[in-house]
Amino acid sequence: MSPSVRLQEMIRVIRSARTQGEERGVIQRECAAIRAQFRQADNGGRSHNLAKLLYVHMLGYPAHFGQMECVRLIASPRYNEKRVGYLGAMMLLDENQDASLLITNSIKNDLAHSSQYVQSLALCTLACMGSAEMCRDLAPEIDRLLRASSSYIKKKATLCAVHIVRKVPELGELFTPAARALLAEKNHGVLHGAVILITELCERNAQTLVQFREAVPELVHIMRGLVTSGYSPEHTVAGISDPFLQVRILRLLRILGRNNDTASDAMNDLLAQVATNTDSSKTAGSAVLYETVLTVMDIKSESGLRVLAVNILGRFLLNNDRNIRYISMTSLQKIVSTDHNAVQRHRGTIVDCLKDQDASVKRRALELSLALVSAINIRSMMKELLLFLSTCPPELKSHAASGIFNAAERYSPSQRWHIDTILHVLITAGADVRDETVPNLIQLITNASQLHCYTVHKLYRALVADISQQPLVQVACWCIGEYGDSLLQGDCEETEPIQVTEDDILDALETVLQSHMSSPATRGFALTATMKLSTRITENVDRIRSIVSIYGSCMDVELQQRAVEYNALFKKYDHMRAAVLEKMPVMDRSSMGQTNGESGGGGVQELEPTKPKQPEMMVAPQPASQVGGGEGGGGHGF
Amino acid sequence: MRFMLLFSRQGKLRLQKWYTATAERDKKKMVRELMQVVLARKPKMCSFLEWRDLKIVYKRYASLYFCCAVEEQDNELITLEVIHRFVELLDKYFGSVCELDIIFNFEKAYFILDEFLMGGEIQDTSKKSVLKAIEQADLLQEVRKLPHNMLCF
Repeated sequence: MSPSVRLQEMIRVIRSARTQGEERGVIQRECAAIRAQFRQADNGGRSHNLAKLLYVHMLGYPAHFGQMECVRLIASPRYNEKRVGYLGAMMLLDENQDASLLITNSIKNDLAHSSQYVQSLALCTLACMGSAEMCRDLAPEIDRLLRASSSYIKKKATLCAVHIVRKVPELGELFTPAARALLAEKNHGVLHGAVILITELCERNAQTLVQFREAVPELVHIMRGLVTSGYSPEHTVAGISDPFLQVRILRLLRILGRNNDTASDAMNDLLAQVATNTDSSKTAGSAVLYETVLTVMDIKSESGLRVLAVNILGRFLLNNDRNIRYISMTSLQKIVSTDHNAVQRHRGTIVDCLKDQDASVKRRALELSLALVSAINIRSMMKELLLFLSTCPPELKSHAASGIFNAAERYSPSQRWHIDTILHVLITAGADVRDETVPNLIQLITNASQLHCYTVHKLYRALVADISQQPLVQVACWCIGEYGDSLLQGDCEETEPIQVTEDDILDALETVLQSHMSSPATRGFALTATMKLSTRITENVDRIRSIVSIYGSCMDVELQQRAVEYNALFKKYDHMRAAVLEKMPVMDRSSMGQTNGESGGGGVQELEPTKPKQPEMMVAPQPASQVGGGEGGGGHGF
Repeated sequence: MRFMLLFSRQGKLRLQKWYTATAERDKKKMVRELMQVVLARKPKMCSFLEWRDLKIVYKRYASLYFCCAVEEQDNELITLEVIHRFVELLDKYFGSVCELDIIFNFEKAYFILDEFLMGGEIQDTSKKSVLKAIEQADLLQEVRKLPHNMLCF
């Protein structure tokens, strides 16, 4: 039986294993046999044994015992053994394995082999897994091969040089002369590799970049040749002449034209030609146009060309192909700050993409939409964004909420609108709002003094409907604690009047306190709010007293501390209670960052809400001696 | 290109080519994670996605997913064309390629890939040229031992 069939036979046997255990058994047997074969002398089946091992390795089983066999096979005079040996080296040996150094000599010999297919194996392996040390050793060989007579070898040596430059940038200098000469090649493979090599050299060395700027006319000439050439069966893809090479040249032009007027001027006409003449009905053409747009936007191009580029992106936005819409938005995102007005023209289409089924497209559309919000379009944009928020996938909710808050803060047409927007977000996506936004929102609310009544009414209604969304509950509790008296008055010109009794409010707060859905921080908010109400309501103060005293023995240390301190406010410091719990002054932004406030005219300076306590403290509640340092300088949050 | 993976709808890896040195353990983890992400995508979705700090370009051909991880500055659309070119090469070589061909002749699939891409970049933009080279290399494989003064084809 020919050895190759044995490999396929093994694959068949492994695939027919019905359980993982059975497969493992088969593989163990095969590996044992392979190991035994490796130990034997040359038996003509070495390459097939290694191939079997490589198959097993691909299934995820260990194969390190095959490393030395790779080394041996690479040194073999037989091509089929070399071929598998090099394949094994690329799969099993990487630069972190010691055994990889052992093949350096073989590679060196094979680079000078009389068969170009053997040279090719060596070049490919070096380019795939060559370590920095190997690269340094063999760089002169590669440079020699760059000047070889065979295109086949030249194109491979070029890409090998690319790998070397990526691994050991200093060696770039060695390859620069040869790279320059390669631009005169007619063979597309060599040219393609040469352009990549030059790109890598220019990206890593500023002087080389300056040097290669002189090659811009040559590159433009080559590109023009490609664009105007007719059909070539070898290189045409979907009507485009060698799109791979075109894309590469465009990218190199981008690097050369960046921040340089002369170079940019030299390529201006060409770019206009490519942008206008390339047929984008298939992916190949779109790929070229895409690269062209990226280049136009990155170099110092004429304004007319820039407009052309943005229009191409606009056209892409309307393309049926989702991929094209996606990359169009990626590109627009890159230029939205520099060419804002141009991108604004396509706002409608971008906003439509918010409704796309694909999450990647949605994400891009969200980013762009947020970047396009301005004072003029804030109302209509916000409608779309809020609609998006209610239906968007969960992984985007948090980002969308933050974006909406930022936009609202910058461009709100009115305070009432601002508050409404905040409330809307809290109600639709309250759970995904980031914790840090809660103090910001509270500060905004305090600043809108004429809207306190309206705000607290709306928040109360939301709280009663749903206490699961923590940020919403926290803001609601805070407001109820602060403006509870407005709530009790019942009438508010901006919203429907509802009858709310003191018991209703206390019921709501107690529900929050007792609910398992409430986080420790939220319960802190609720408790403090309850306490504050003791100076805002008249009849149910006893109820508040009893709530507060119950929490004096709460397992949560933070709550316990607060409760005990509030209890003290009721008892020993009752004369200070009204002053301590007075209405908050309007906070200005600059005071929000402090953690230990000054005692101002009467109120405890509101601070950032404390974060929930660490678990270890929950287990051992501290005794009541924690009390002391209650008001004024005590610095804990509310 | 950082790496290319071929895997089936059932999550079986059929080919993996890594163009950067990565520990075996990390490779396994990345492959597992990425397969999960790609297999969860619905049919009409975009071929591009962001995963970790990489751009992923993938396309499904029959029962196989071809998945590439490219750098930030790489052109995703041309990567789709690269994938398509590789599929065309496999198709020409095996004659209407299917997953079984790649399973039972995995080493040949690798040989084709290594003639097409090197260090993550295209070696030759001519399909004909690549196929011819593979053909010649296969012929060479039949020869028992290479003579010392063998001329290039």
